Amino acid sequence: MLNQLPLYQQAILTLAAMILFSSFALLAQNRVLAMIHVFAWQGLLVALTTTFVAYDSGAHHLYFSAALTVALKVLFIPWLLHRLVRRMGIDREMHEVGHPAMVLMTAAALVIFCYYVAQPIHQLSTSITRNTIAISMAVVVLGLLMLITRNKAVSQVIGFMSLENGLFFAAVAATNGMPMVVELGIAFDVLVAAVIFGVFFFHIRDSIDSLDVAQLNQLAEHDQ
Amino acid sequence: MNEDLNAWLLALVQTGTFVLLAPLFSGWVKRVKCWLQNRRSPSLLQPYRDLWRLFGKETLVSYTASPLFRIAPYIIAGSTLLAAAVVPLLAVNLPTAAIADVIVLAGFFALARFFLALAGMDVGTAFGGMGSSREMTLSALAEPAMLIAVFTLAMVASSTNLSTVINHTLADGMVLRPSFLFALLSLILVAMAETGRIPVDNPATHLELTMIHEAMILEYSGRHLALVEWAAQLKLMIYGVLIANIFFPWGIATHLNGSVLFIAVAAIGIKLLVLGTALALGESMLAKMRLFRVPAFLTLALTLALIGLLSHIILEVN
Amino acid sequence: MNALQFTLGIPLLASMLLGLFGQRTWAKTFNVWTAAAGFAASLWLAWGILQNGVLGGEATQFYVDSFNVYLITLTAFVGATSALFSRPYMARERASGRLSDGRMRLYHSSYQGFLFTLQLALSTNNLGVLWVAMEGATLATVLLVSLYRTPGAIEAAWKYFIICGVGIALALFGTVLLYFAAARVIVDPDQALLWSVLARHSSEFDPVVMAIAFVFLLVGYGTKVGLVPMHTWLPDAHSEGPTPMSAVLSGLLLNVALYAVVRVKIITDGALAMHPVAHNPHLPGYLMMGFGLLSFTVAGLFLHRQQDIKRLYSYSSIEHMGLITFAFGLGGPLATFAALLHMTVHSLTKSAIFITVGHASHIAGTQLMANIRGLIRTQPAVGWGLLIGTAAIAGFPPFGVFVSEFLLLIATMKAQPWLTLPLLMGLAVAFAGLFRHLHPIVYGDAPEGQNPVQANMWPVAVQLMLVLWLGLAIPAFLARWFDQATLLISGEGLL
Repeated sequence: MLNQLPLYQQAILTLAAMILFSSFALLAQNRVLAMIHVFAWQGLLVALTTTFVAYDSGAHHLYFSAALTVALKVLFIPWLLHRLVRRMGIDREMHEVGHPAMVLMTAAALVIFCYYVAQPIHQLSTSITRNTIAISMAVVVLGLLMLITRNKAVSQVIGFMSLENGLFFAAVAATNGMPMVVELGIAFDVLVAAVIFGVFFFHIRDSIDSLDVAQLNQLAEHDQ
Repeated sequence: MNEDLNAWLLALVQTGTFVLLAPLFSGWVKRVKCWLQNRRSPSLLQPYRDLWRLFGKETLVSYTASPLFRIAPYIIAGSTLLAAAVVPLLAVNLPTAAIADVIVLAGFFALARFFLALAGMDVGTAFGGMGSSREMTLSALAEPAMLIAVFTLAMVASSTNLSTVINHTLADGMVLRPSFLFALLSLILVAMAETGRIPVDNPATHLELTMIHEAMILEYSGRHLALVEWAAQLKLMIYGVLIANIFFPWGIATHLNGSVLFIAVAAIGIKLLVLGTALALGESMLAKMRLFRVPAFLTLALTLALIGLLSHIILEVN
Repeated sequence: MNALQFTLGIPLLASMLLGLFGQRTWAKTFNVWTAAAGFAASLWLAWGILQNGVLGGEATQFYVDSFNVYLITLTAFVGATSALFSRPYMARERASGRLSDGRMRLYHSSYQGFLFTLQLALSTNNLGVLWVAMEGATLATVLLVSLYRTPGAIEAAWKYFIICGVGIALALFGTVLLYFAAARVIVDPDQALLWSVLARHSSEFDPVVMAIAFVFLLVGYGTKVGLVPMHTWLPDAHSEGPTPMSAVLSGLLLNVALYAVVRVKIITDGALAMHPVAHNPHLPGYLMMGFGLLSFTVAGLFLHRQQDIKRLYSYSSIEHMGLITFAFGLGGPLATFAALLHMTVHSLTKSAIFITVGHASHIAGTQLMANIRGLIRTQPAVGWGLLIGTAAIAGFPPFGVFVSEFLLLIATMKAQPWLTLPLLMGLAVAFAGLFRHLHPIVYGDAPEGQNPVQANMWPVAVQLMLVLWLGLAIPAFLARWFDQATLLISGEGLL
């Protein structure tokens, strides 16, 4: 029962729910800067969860992981995106979501679906963190939904980064963190990916004069 | 038998306290708002004076009004009073707790709102109709959010009875539940919409085109207006007490004992003080949203309630 | 261990050096020499494996056994031949002004970096490091696909980045689930991601978690293999990038991704086999067969609609990778042996074809097949190279592809006879598609003013001859490696 768990484990569950909420919030955002800020908050929540799990399980390398998450996902990548967005002058643009109510309903349905898929895993583990596997899967799937429902490059990239947040949360919640070597590698990859995305935005903008990726459709199979 | 009588007496006293303190709560909110906005506030007892003044005035009824127009204020005040009777203010496990079901509560509010909307349309003015349609739209969007939040609470305590829910929360002790957190946030947003506070509706506005609640009661005067205003203040206090006592029930009296009751009074007083301050703070910081943005606000409330429910099912059930 | 350190260290070091000096004229030759040195190191490694059997023990971070040793050598070889081709190609691009200094640095540095990530993915024992290397391979090549900065190139690179990025992210989720299943059984958390340890304990893992993990890993790494319906990035990325990139992407990256899938399949099979009643032990196999057959059929049909020569051959890559996936899914010693052989010969043939296609498009000045004509008349070496290469990839005897496809057909007839028909039909459709486009390209009337170009066809010739050799007579040591790998993957040896 929930009331029999120690306080920091309850905190982990609450933080998991808040991370899920931040995914919903990302899906509903219209403004680019607000999206970047919500993404930073999500990173902070994930880092907090990592810290609590580190305290709970005694895996001390997780403190380092949490610090890495803060440095990368809360500070560096939002700063990079912020800078890019300002340099490209799109910080006042509205990156609208088509049919926001529909997207939110789909998101809720997907969360329920993820819970259903994660049920067998749920029944296995005895630790508190088994419940959070469903939440982490949901965060991954919601990041994917954001990628699909958005038309502008910056929103898609934020969806992609939020997907990575969900993955990291899955690793922390389900398994008390992966070995340090792997985590460092993943962090490095995310960093390089973010930098390359940044470079990419300029290429896209120079090439098609906007960041609307719906216009990148020359190579589709046409009937000729 | 004696204890039964005591319990009934307490239930009556509780309802009386509710009714008497509601204007005071509104006065407190107004005072904090004025403090925050660097204005001189009216006295805390000003709402009582306003009500007294209105009760003494003549009621003017338009010739286009039907009998419903005259009856509506009594029905509105009556159902809100009944709602106040069931919400645990000071003590749980009272005899009235038997009907203290959240769905019954929602029903009472719905009854009051229904008659208010009808009364708004009754005289045939444009503003009344506008206010009624806006009110019904907003409540149609707010109801699902409130119900889902309430169902989350009901699932946690395995009952929709308010008394049982509060007892369950008290018995569990200090537990951090994600479902409660999200249900709380959702209910706060719903309360703001239902009681007509900023950011949904400005209670102090005099611009008719921006009104929702006031537009419906524009035609009322005298004791009718007094009853309707008192009902609105009572509704605000009921929502405040609900939020305070369901989510932070510590201090409420579980059995009838002098000292326990004293603590209960003090506890609810402090909680309402804090809630009133928070409400005033929120009203001062936020701006009123235009009407077409309110559905987005209520969708947020719905999403929060939904996440609360999902968190309960996914995270809390073993 | 030394040979491995050289195999990995040479591309890494070269990548860093070329990042500084890649725009100099000697950089292209340096690229070739380092790729050749990497190949030599991989030969040394192969020699070591031939003597000792396995490099790396139970719990080491690197593990080279009979499954990945020839892949490592193959990667280094194709990397070297493509580097040889890339030298004059890049010189020409530089001379014509299409690429600036910065982009030359980027190109050469990423080329070697890409080879490094591939070798790392192949030789590591740690599934997490495997993931990191696969993602690294994507990142190293993304900016190369968009090297020419045309709208088409940008679009191709964006699609590549997003689709492969999402795929890789799903694969990471699968890896996390795998780790979750393993960490409950294996006490030391640092060992719970090591493949050799996982393979030994696979029967103790929970089958449900493993099944879910496998699905994620198949879809995730399968995106990089180019399985339909996650294949949409492949034709674009292979056709818009510079031709040496197409050669290594087609020839090498797809193989390494499939290698990752098969490694995980070995573990999943072990986990599911212990519970044959509650869980279908053939689930991984059926999934792979499904995806493989779908990719094979769809790609074969798409071949007919193509107008760009590089897109044509990239759909051919999708088709062959589908075939290999199907073979691995079918299971059993015959099909697995066929799949391993096919991986090798496909890689050799496809990269040779892409090199030839690079020359062909240079002769004709365009990549559109409607405008490439009369190659045999203009430059017989290129024309014949393309003709023989396409014949090889379409499955003509006595090339190696014929042998592996034949073995696969026999295995299918034994295990799932009714699937032989779609396979045969698909092969016929693909054959028709390829040759229908190829015929006018090599045999048509050469347009006015089409001149031969300086083209070094030696890499192509060597690779095609290797494929011929493998079709006629597989050398004993290679057959032994294939057999050991077959034993590892399917549980029974063939020979």
